[in-house]
Amino acid sequence: MDFLMNPLNLMTFFPLVGVAAILLIPRERKDAIRWVAVITSLVSFFVSLWMLALFHAKNPGFQMVYDRLWLQAGGFEIHYALGVDGLSILLVLLTTLLTPISIFSAWTAIEDRVKEFAIAFLIMEVGMLGVFLALDLFTFFVFWEFSLVPMYFIIGIWGGPRRTYSAIKFMLYTMVGSVLMLLAILWLGLSQGTFYLPDLLAKGVHLPLHLQAWLFLAFALAFAIKVPMWPLHSWLPDAHVEAPTAGSVILAGVLLKMGTYGFLRFNLSLFPEASVKFAVPIAVLAIIGILYGAMVAYAQKDFKKLVAYTSVSHLGFVMLGLFALNPMGIAGGILQMINHGISTGALFLIVGIIYERTHTRDLSAFGGLWKIMPIYGAFSLVVALSSMGLPGLNGFIGEFTILMGAFQSPVLGPAFAISAALGIVLAAVYILVMLQKVFLGPAKEKNLGLPDLNWREITVLAVLTVFIFWIGLHPAPFFNLMMPAVEKMAHGLQAAALAMH
Amino acid sequence: MTFSDFATLLPEVALVVWASALLLVDLWIPKARKGWAAFLAVLGLALTFGFAVAQGGGAGAGFHGMVVSDGFATFLEALLALSGALGVLLAYDYLKRQGMVRGEYYTLLLFSVAGMMLMAKAADLMVIFLALELLSIPLYVLTAFARPREVGEEAALKYFLLGAFAAAFFVYGIALVYGATQSTQIAGIAAAVDTGRANLALLALGGGLLLVGLGFKVAAVPFHMWTPDVYEGAPSPLTSFMAVGAKVAGFAALLRVLVLAFPTLGSRLAPIVWALALLTMVVGNLAALAQQNIKRMLAYSSIAHAGYMLVAVVAFADAKAAPAAVAAVLFYLLAYAVTNFGAWAVVVAVEHAEGEGLNIADYAGLGRKHPWLALAMTVFMLSFAGIPPTVGFVGKFYLFRAALDAGYVGLAIVGVLASVVSVYYYMRVVTTMYMRAGEAEARGDAWLNLGVALTALATVFLGIVVAPVFQWAVRAVLKL
Repeated sequence: MDFLMNPLNLMTFFPLVGVAAILLIPRERKDAIRWVAVITSLVSFFVSLWMLALFHAKNPGFQMVYDRLWLQAGGFEIHYALGVDGLSILLVLLTTLLTPISIFSAWTAIEDRVKEFAIAFLIMEVGMLGVFLALDLFTFFVFWEFSLVPMYFIIGIWGGPRRTYSAIKFMLYTMVGSVLMLLAILWLGLSQGTFYLPDLLAKGVHLPLHLQAWLFLAFALAFAIKVPMWPLHSWLPDAHVEAPTAGSVILAGVLLKMGTYGFLRFNLSLFPEASVKFAVPIAVLAIIGILYGAMVAYAQKDFKKLVAYTSVSHLGFVMLGLFALNPMGIAGGILQMINHGISTGALFLIVGIIYERTHTRDLSAFGGLWKIMPIYGAFSLVVALSSMGLPGLNGFIGEFTILMGAFQSPVLGPAFAISAALGIVLAAVYILVMLQKVFLGPAKEKNLGLPDLNWREITVLAVLTVFIFWIGLHPAPFFNLMMPAVEKMAHGLQAAALAMH
Repeated sequence: MTFSDFATLLPEVALVVWASALLLVDLWIPKARKGWAAFLAVLGLALTFGFAVAQGGGAGAGFHGMVVSDGFATFLEALLALSGALGVLLAYDYLKRQGMVRGEYYTLLLFSVAGMMLMAKAADLMVIFLALELLSIPLYVLTAFARPREVGEEAALKYFLLGAFAAAFFVYGIALVYGATQSTQIAGIAAAVDTGRANLALLALGGGLLLVGLGFKVAAVPFHMWTPDVYEGAPSPLTSFMAVGAKVAGFAALLRVLVLAFPTLGSRLAPIVWALALLTMVVGNLAALAQQNIKRMLAYSSIAHAGYMLVAVVAFADAKAAPAAVAAVLFYLLAYAVTNFGAWAVVVAVEHAEGEGLNIADYAGLGRKHPWLALAMTVFMLSFAGIPPTVGFVGKFYLFRAALDAGYVGLAIVGVLASVVSVYYYMRVVTTMYMRAGEAEARGDAWLNLGVALTALATVFLGIVVAPVFQWAVRAVLKL
C-alpha cells in the first residue's frame, strides 16, 4: 500500500482502475463507459492537485520521490523511480487536465467502439504521466515507448480516411529515434554504473566531449522527432489530420511536449557541455521551424492542417527558449509548452466542433460563422489570439520571455531573437486570415442552420479559456513553481559554457 | 558406467522411458479418447520438469565428462519441458479438427524434447551430435504428420535433406576439431588450446563447420532457407514447438561450445558470428516485410530473433562480457518461447480446415469478433517488436546491453534499427485485426484458450516483474 500512498504512483496508475471497471461494462452502455472514463481521469486530476498542494516550490530538487529497486542483475541496477520537480510539475498538471477534457470532448464524436476508445485514452494517460514523472532512464524509456501504442490505436481506429497509414507512420518515425536513444541509455547506464537520474545528476556525467556529443545526439534525435523539429516533422501533419479530435488534442497538447521535456530533462541536464556545443545548430533549426511552420500554415486550405503546422512553429519557440540556456529562456520554454498545450488543444477542439457539424474542414466552406454561432466565434477569437501571442493572453507571456531569453543568451544572441520575432508577425498573418475565412464575410447558405455550442462544448472551452486569461494576466504563480529548478539547471549550463570558452 | 552417471541424466532418462511407455500404452487408448495420450504426455513433461528443477544443476558431470548437469542445463531443461507442454496444449484440439488424431504425435514430441534436453547437458561434441539427431528425427516425422497433405510432405523432405546435410557439416567439424586437439570433449578441447597443443588453424576450420551445423538448427542466415517452407508446411502447433525447441537446443550447444571451448579463437570466430548476426537480423526482418502468409511471416520473424540472440553470442570471447551475454541469451530464449507460443496459439485458433485462414488478411475484423484473442495477439506482436511493457522488450534490452558491454556498438545499432523494421510487419497484423473490416473466424477449445491466456499474461508479467527470472538466468552462467 506504500506504493499507492505516493500521489505520483496513485495519479499515474489510477486510470488502470478505470480500465478494469470499463472492461466489466457491457459495450452497449456507452454513456456509462464515458462517465467512468471521465470520472477516472478526473480522479487523477484531483490527485495531481493533491501533489500540487504537497509541492514545495522553493525546493529545486525532486520531490515526492518513490524509488524502488526494480531489477538488479549482472552488476547493474534498474530502479522504478518517480518524482516531480519544477521542470515537470506543470506538464503533469497539463496532462491530468487535458485528458478528462479530451475524453469529454469526444462524447458525441466517438460512437463506434466507445469501450476501446475509453480504454485507449486511460492507458495513454498512464504512459504520458509516467514519461513526465520517471526518474530512472529505464523507467522513462518504458513509459516513453509504451505511450506510442494507445496513440497508434487512437489514430488507426478512430481516425480519418488515411488513418492506418498515418498511424504506422507515427509509430515508425518515433521508433527510429527512440531505439537509438535506448542504446544511448544503455551505454550511459553501463559507463556510469546507474540508470537512476538523481545519481547521474549528483555525480555528473564525466565523459570526453566527443562521447557526450554522440550520446547527446542519440537522445536529441528521439526527442527532435517527437517535438517535431524541422526537418523531422513530416509525420505530424498526417497524424494530426487523420487523428480524431480528442486524439489531436492529446497529441498536440501532451505528446509533443514529451519531446521538448526530454530535451530539458535529459539533454540539458545530463550533457551540459554538449548542450552548449549544439545550442546554435539547434536554435537555427528551431528558427527554421518557426518560420517554415508559419508559412506552411498560411498556405493550408484545410483547417486542421493549418493548426497542425502552427504546432511546428510554436514548438520551434519552445526549443529556442530551452537552448537559450539561461533561466529566462528555459522558463519561457516551459511556460510556452503549457501555453501551446492549452491554446492548440483548444484550437483542435474548435476545428473538431465545426467538423462534427459540417463534416468538412475546408476553409473555403466556411465564412460568416460569427453571426450563426456567436458563442463559438467568441471562444475561437480568444483562442486564436492567444495562439497568435496577443498581449494579455498566455501566448504573449511565453513568447516574450523566450525572446528575452534568446536575446540575453550567452550562446545565442539578438540575431536569433529578431529572426524568431519574425515568426510572431507571420503568426498574426495566418491567424487573422484563418479568422477572416471562417468567421467574417458572407455566410454560406448550407451553414445557416448550424447550432451554436452546447453546454458540454462550452464547459470544455471555458476551462481552457480560464487558463488562457490566467496565464496571460497573472503568470507569476506558474513561474514560481518552476523557477528554483530552472535556475539550478541554468546555473549548471552557464558553468559549462564558461568552462568551454 | 555407474548409477551416478545415470543420475546426471535423470530428467532425460525419465522422459525417454516415459515416452517409450506412452508409445505402448497408446495402443490401448481408443481413438476417441486420445486426450489421454495428450494428458499422459503433459504428465511426463511435468515429471521431467520436476526432476530437472530438483536436480538443480547440482549433479555435476557424468559419463566421464560427456554430459554435465549445471545451472545452464537446468534453466534450459525447465524451459524445454514447459515448451513441450505448451506444444501438446496447442496440438490437442488442432489434431482433432484437422482429422489427424494419432497418439504418436505426443510420443514423438517427447522424444524430441528429450533430445533437446540432452543437447543442453552435452559437454562432448559426440553427445551434441547424438542429441541433435534425437531431436531432429522426430521433428522430420512430425513435419509430415498431416499426411497426405502435400505441403507437409514436401516440407518434411526438405527439412530432412537439408538437416542431414547440416549434420554432415557438423560431423566433419567434429572430425577436424578432434584432429586439431585429440579430443571431442569441450574440457579437453579447452585444455589442448590452453597448453598450446592444438593446431589453431585446423581448430578454427572445425569450429566454423560446427557453426554451420548449429546455424542451421537455429535458422541463422545463410543457413535459413528451409525455415519458411518447413514452418509453413508443418502442422501449426508443431511449428510453434519446433520454432522454440530447436532454437533453444541450438543456442544451448552454440553457447557451450563457443564460450567454453573456443574463447581463445575469438579473433577468428567472432567476426564470423558477427557477420551471421548481422545477416540474420537484416535478411530475416526484410524478408518478413513481404510476407502475406502469417506462418511464413512468423518463420522469417523467428529467423530475425535468432539474429538478435546472435548479437549477444558475438560477445562469447570477451571474458568480462560473456557471462552477462549468456544470461541475456537464456532470458531471451524464455521471452521468445513465451511470445512465440502465444502467437502460434492464435494462429492455430484462426486456422480453419485444410490450411485456410493463414493469410494475414484473414485476421481482418478479429478485433471486433474476438476481442480477447485480438488483444492477446496484440500483446504478442508488441513483445516480438520489443515494445514495453512486455518480456520481448526486456529481453532485447539485455541482449543489446551485452553487445554494448563487449564493445559491439555498430552491431547493436543495426539490431535496434532492424527491430524498427520489424515493428512494421508486426503492427500490420494488429492493423489488420483492428482497422480492417472483415469476418475473421476463430475457434479453439478450452485448452487452446488457456494456452493463449497463460502466455499473454506471462508476456506482460515477465515484462514487468523480471528480476527473479533474470537472476535465475544469471546464475545459470557457464563454467568449465
